[in-house]
Amino acid sequence: MRRITAASAASLLLLAGCGSSGDDSSAAAGSDDKIAVAASDTACEVAKSESGAGTVTFAISNKGDKVTEFYVYAAGDRVMGEVENIAPGLSRDLHVELTAGTYETACKPGMIGKGIRNGFTVTGSAAALTEDAKLAQATTDYQRYVKSQTGALIDKTTEFVAAVKAGDAAKAKALFPVSRTYWERIEPVAEIFGDLDPAIDGREDGLEPGQDFTGYHRLEKDLWQTEDISKSGPIADKLLVDVQKIVDQANSASLSPLQLANGAKELLDEVASGKITGEEDRYSHTDLWDFAANVEGSQAAIAALRPALEEKDPALVKTLDERFAAVEAALETHRSGDGWKLHDQLSQADLKVLSDNINALAEPISTVAGLVAGK
Amino acid sequence: MKRRRMIGMAGAGVGLAAAGGAFALSQGSGTVPVASSSGDAIPFYGVRQAGIVTPAQDRLHFVAFDVITKNRAELVTMLENWTAAAARMTAGLDAGTMGAVGGIPESPPDDTGEAIGLPASGLTLTIGFGPSLFTKFGLGKQRPVALEDLPHFPGDAIDATISGGDIGIQACAHDPQVAVHAIRNLARMGMGVVSVRWSQLGFGRTSSTSTSQATPRNLFGFKDGTANLKAEETALLDEHLWVRDGDGPSWMTGGSYLVTRKIRMIVETWDRTSLGEQEAIVGRTKGSGAPLGSSGEFDEPDFSAMSGNIPTIPVDAHVRLAHPTQNQGARLLRRGYNFVDGSDGLGRLNAGLFFIAYQRDPRRGFIPVQTALARRDSMNEYIRHISSGIFACPPGLEAADDFWGRKLFT
Repeated sequence: MRRITAASAASLLLLAGCGSSGDDSSAAAGSDDKIAVAASDTACEVAKSESGAGTVTFAISNKGDKVTEFYVYAAGDRVMGEVENIAPGLSRDLHVELTAGTYETACKPGMIGKGIRNGFTVTGSAAALTEDAKLAQATTDYQRYVKSQTGALIDKTTEFVAAVKAGDAAKAKALFPVSRTYWERIEPVAEIFGDLDPAIDGREDGLEPGQDFTGYHRLEKDLWQTEDISKSGPIADKLLVDVQKIVDQANSASLSPLQLANGAKELLDEVASGKITGEEDRYSHTDLWDFAANVEGSQAAIAALRPALEEKDPALVKTLDERFAAVEAALETHRSGDGWKLHDQLSQADLKVLSDNINALAEPISTVAGLVAGK
Repeated sequence: MKRRRMIGMAGAGVGLAAAGGAFALSQGSGTVPVASSSGDAIPFYGVRQAGIVTPAQDRLHFVAFDVITKNRAELVTMLENWTAAAARMTAGLDAGTMGAVGGIPESPPDDTGEAIGLPASGLTLTIGFGPSLFTKFGLGKQRPVALEDLPHFPGDAIDATISGGDIGIQACAHDPQVAVHAIRNLARMGMGVVSVRWSQLGFGRTSSTSTSQATPRNLFGFKDGTANLKAEETALLDEHLWVRDGDGPSWMTGGSYLVTRKIRMIVETWDRTSLGEQEAIVGRTKGSGAPLGSSGEFDEPDFSAMSGNIPTIPVDAHVRLAHPTQNQGARLLRRGYNFVDGSDGLGRLNAGLFFIAYQRDPRRGFIPVQTALARRDSMNEYIRHISSGIFACPPGLEAADDFWGRKLFT
């Protein structure tokens, strides 16, 4: 209902920030189970330092003057859940599924730095989404996919790095989009590991003061714009080290079904925001390689969830099948040799067709997480 | 269905309550209640679509869609969903039944939320179907002869990417946030079935559609729409606005044809034009809006009056060329809006008039009038027509189980 009184409008606005109505239509834990987090510009007071396993709900109120973020980290700063952009005065809820173990919570006033940290312990083994056998199988299946991609990622990145260091620009240019394919297929997994993603895949305009421009896009700039890779060796070495780190972590991580569902959507959002516009690979214009890889990665996550989705909403599965097929068909018209046409070879009309197809797919995919959470 | 019917009834109640301080349009078939304050809801259901003779609201978001699915059933389902959402939003409710904050945290809300706490704001949503739709889905036989892409007029600089479209939706409201919210939610619901081809924001209505409204001004600073068809002129509306039985396919009976033109105004050169020349170009005085040689805004222009040996209202004045007496009596119902799309990079306002006109038959309405204007209007030096659209707007939905386009598709 939009027509509301002034008094209820105020409370609704708060709830809007929570992302939960708080009533019985919500799948979230009742308000009694929420762990209050009082965030300010200098403090992060978490009401409890421990919880039983399962879906844990943090209710974060930003009482400071700066926009803040709230994170739950597992060992090695693996992000288990986060809420971004909590404006001063607003409250937001974070629902995060935690198994037994030790974690850290963090408020990040001003959205920068390591944040104000607290320990958080989870005990017991109650009620995880993965108790649903089909959802448990989904995470196992997807884990296998991640493993296959990380293997190829290491192989192809090693070749790419070797070509850069050997000064073989032509070979490096050919390998650049290929090595990125494996990265782009599992990007949401990579993004879980905080600082590594910007180091590997950051773009020059995304840097904070003091950060170095490293990773794929730095080498892309050296190859295509500066056209000088004589000094790129250290950057190439660092890329390989960083990629190896993320591969090790990704292979040992276990993802929740919700992360799969959100990852499938986020991959398409990546396409819709960065690849359609040509921002991502602005020097090489190899965006369609990333585009195809993002779509494939999204499809892999949905494929893993498929048995669970078939049970919950077979019509949605049919829609997703049709729309994945439509995206593939639209993309197929831009194939060139073993790869794809360059972004700057596509007309505005070509891009609109691709954009329409991605939006058509991403809308129904955005409902998958709710289905998964609804059990 | 029950929920939609309830909303329809609620909407009608608001309108009737408001009608005490307003007027009723009696056409033997329906009434057009007017909201008594700018926050009120305007009934969605009725003999006519709201948003045509409804007193023009202050703000506009117009959108044209291309249908991108080849699946007719998908399109029909979307139109049903759109209708339900339109009924809800015009009543001041969320687009979907869960709403902006009523769902589960893991799912995106079924309303985008920027209108939380805002009243209905007189929102109307008016749908029309473009000529290009009829070549799809085997609808050729249903296509009215009057629904033809507008011809090229002399001086046209039409940009195809911001013209035409299979479906046009006009959202008018007193609050721009409410109009944008409505279009945004419809666009989102349509993803995969339709794609936004172009859209236009407008402010400051540039015509009056009711005698209860003062005549507004366009960005040239002149009153616009003085001689417009008004909601109260029922006999004229029957003659010039509403499609009659026998005019074309039956699904359009009671509807109207919508013409849109985006007219860029070169305001910088206009602003250095002398007052006398501006008034000669328009054919009216700038202050009162009276025709040259007359004293009152609503005085009938005297095209035979002479000042010495030259006509008081010049032969190439806008008001003369556009006047019904010069166009076989052609009358339009205009409800255009001013637009400013920022600046153009050359230091000039990217501004003008988003012209909207409804009529019974464009071949006897907009086309002859614009042909005369395009050939001779001295105002042409200061304007460029850059977008063009035509849409067939069916009659209103009388019951909550009806939906936009039902007679066309079933």
